[in-house]
Amino acid sequence: METLITILTGVLVSVATYLILSRSLIRVVLGTAVLSHAAHLLIMTMGGLKTGGVPILGGEDGEAYVDALPQALILTSIVISFAVTAMSLVLAYRTYQATGTDKLNEMRGIKHE
Amino acid sequence: MKINNVILRTVAKIVVFIILTLATYLFLAGHNSPGGGFIGGLVLASALVLLFIVYDIETVQKAIPVDFKKVAAFGAFLSVGTGFGALIFDVPFLSQSFAYFNLPFFGETELTTVTIFEAGVALVVVGVVVTIILSISEDV
Amino acid sequence: MNNLLVMPMAIPVLAGILLIFLRPYVKAQRWISFFVMIANIGISIYLLNWIQTDGVQRLDFGGWQPPFGILFVADSFSVILVLTTSIVTAICLLYAFSSVEKSYENMFFYSFVNFLVAGVNGSFLTGDLFNLYVCFEVMLLASYVLIALGGRKVQLRESMKYLVINILSSWFFLIAIAYLYGTLGTLNMAHLSERIAESGQTPLLTVISIVFLTVFALKSGLLLYFWLPGSYSVPATAVSALFGALLTKVGIYVMIRTFTLLFYHEQQITHLLIGILAGLTLIGGSIGAIAYKDIRQIVAYNVIIAVGFILVGLAVATPEALEGSIYYLMHDMIVKALLFLLAGTMIIVTGETRIDYMSGLIRNYPLFGWIFFIVMLSLAGVPPLSGFIGKVLVGQGAVNSGSYILLALAFISSIFVLYSLLRVFLNCFWGETIISEEDEIPMKKGWLIPCVLLTAGTVILGLAAEPLAIYVQDAANTLMNPQIYIDAVLND
Repeated sequence: METLITILTGVLVSVATYLILSRSLIRVVLGTAVLSHAAHLLIMTMGGLKTGGVPILGGEDGEAYVDALPQALILTSIVISFAVTAMSLVLAYRTYQATGTDKLNEMRGIKHE
Repeated sequence: MKINNVILRTVAKIVVFIILTLATYLFLAGHNSPGGGFIGGLVLASALVLLFIVYDIETVQKAIPVDFKKVAAFGAFLSVGTGFGALIFDVPFLSQSFAYFNLPFFGETELTTVTIFEAGVALVVVGVVVTIILSISEDV
Repeated sequence: MNNLLVMPMAIPVLAGILLIFLRPYVKAQRWISFFVMIANIGISIYLLNWIQTDGVQRLDFGGWQPPFGILFVADSFSVILVLTTSIVTAICLLYAFSSVEKSYENMFFYSFVNFLVAGVNGSFLTGDLFNLYVCFEVMLLASYVLIALGGRKVQLRESMKYLVINILSSWFFLIAIAYLYGTLGTLNMAHLSERIAESGQTPLLTVISIVFLTVFALKSGLLLYFWLPGSYSVPATAVSALFGALLTKVGIYVMIRTFTLLFYHEQQITHLLIGILAGLTLIGGSIGAIAYKDIRQIVAYNVIIAVGFILVGLAVATPEALEGSIYYLMHDMIVKALLFLLAGTMIIVTGETRIDYMSGLIRNYPLFGWIFFIVMLSLAGVPPLSGFIGKVLVGQGAVNSGSYILLALAFISSIFVLYSLLRVFLNCFWGETIISEEDEIPMKKGWLIPCVLLTAGTVILGLAAEPLAIYVQDAANTLMNPQIYIDAVLND
């Protein structure tokens, strides 16, 4: 199971790398979003998968729980990546409006005013 | 921009209430089981976004005349405020407490200060999501 | 209860939120932010003295005992940096009052400065790696907004680059945290240190430490500084002064913290690598500082040289060298803020950014010119100004440990700093004046007072090196003996 998820993480990272290296601004933003999801999956996997029950109060006594910390960590980092993605979408949109292009190579050479 | 889509409008009128109920449920369930302020807030925001899509922005803003930036700020204030509340009782920052009360209709109910914190989180999420959607869609 | 520990982060957050409601009242926004910084100065001075008498302090959030909960830890090193941050921010705010446009102030400028300071102070004080990531992100989100505020084309382009590079480095940070958690099963820094010491720093842990090094090198501009000159030269002057003074320093702080508290067992690998990176940074920064004619680029490359210099102290890792690094960190925060303010003011009064188009400014603004002269001497390390003591101590440490190449690079880079700034001074302040009496833009008091205050700061820091020595020695002592930190957190 861990191996499978690790491979999936790798696939996500390669997709994200491809997107970030492209010239379109919106693809770069999407790439960063995919990249952060790859990191979340990796944190999840590092805590160990399917080693016990759901870590919620009120389960059966003596039941083994999975480590709850990685879940708390990725919840936090999902919130953060949500904020960052939102921020970068707005910024990309404003950049597109101001420069009239979303191609990174066409933005080269804008002078300091 | 006005979309005149009868099916969407009719469905949305009902679905919005279902979404809002789900949001409230998720928010209240969050204390001991899956759910919580962030998720509840996101679902609540999605109801608002649905309204923005179905009706146009001016109509919705006339019906809900709030500045969503201020909603986000108020939520953040509420959340940080519960952290500061701990200072009054001379316990570590962000300490939470809970107690059981006998309320009419509900019977014995657990009330916690975490709920206030979560309410703050939910308001932040709603405020931020709607602000972003509005700022992107303003000049399309 | 040590609730005071969280105040340097919590008060700015609360103030930042309150300022959103005070949007139309710009005056109130200004003074509230200013008084928040003054309050932080008071709190950190009190904390600093408290630590001297009662040792390293900690605060467990929500009463969760370490290593299970999140906690803030205050030792001399972090509180010294919080103090310097508060002073520099207060003075930069003074400059912002008279230089930042009204439209910025209405777009929550002061709120985001407060959030930035909250993130910076949180990063200094936290005792948990994941919490450090969160504080970093708070700081970065605020900086994304501040850098793009104004929305000029070039600003948007540079902020887009800045954003993508920081998302990438945050991703590396998360990956490193994931690996570390998978290996050791904890993220509390004291607990990590204990476990690494128990198991020995295995090759796997060394590799993870290199991932951390990559992250912090990106954040602090250690060799991976390619993003820095572009993004630090576009925002408003007060903002770029804050960035130059604070953001890279957070990266340096974290690097010093992790490589003295966690990964200090394999110094022949990790510290050698830091040494090589620091040396290359010094070379690259020196070339950049003399290659450009745009004053903002020159100043930005000076930031990079300082990063290299401070990390020479970490690479050498003797007590004197670390003391030197701490002194130099304080010095650099004050002086770099001043340098950015001076450069920004020069651009405002002349309307030019290239040094060969400016000339004879000292005739129009004599005091301003001499302040620049003092800064130059201070950065070059002339006694009794503040750069001197740091350079001497780092040099002494390098001699003691026999790192002569780093020593040579560090001091040659000082000459390059002096040369690059002397070039600015001779070109812009000497010679025929280009500003006629009629066109002269009057130097506002609001521009001059912050510069004078920061100059006083560098002079005082230089003269008061002796009374400050107890705090700095305590800070270096805690860094050299991780057991002090661990005892304060885990064993009560």
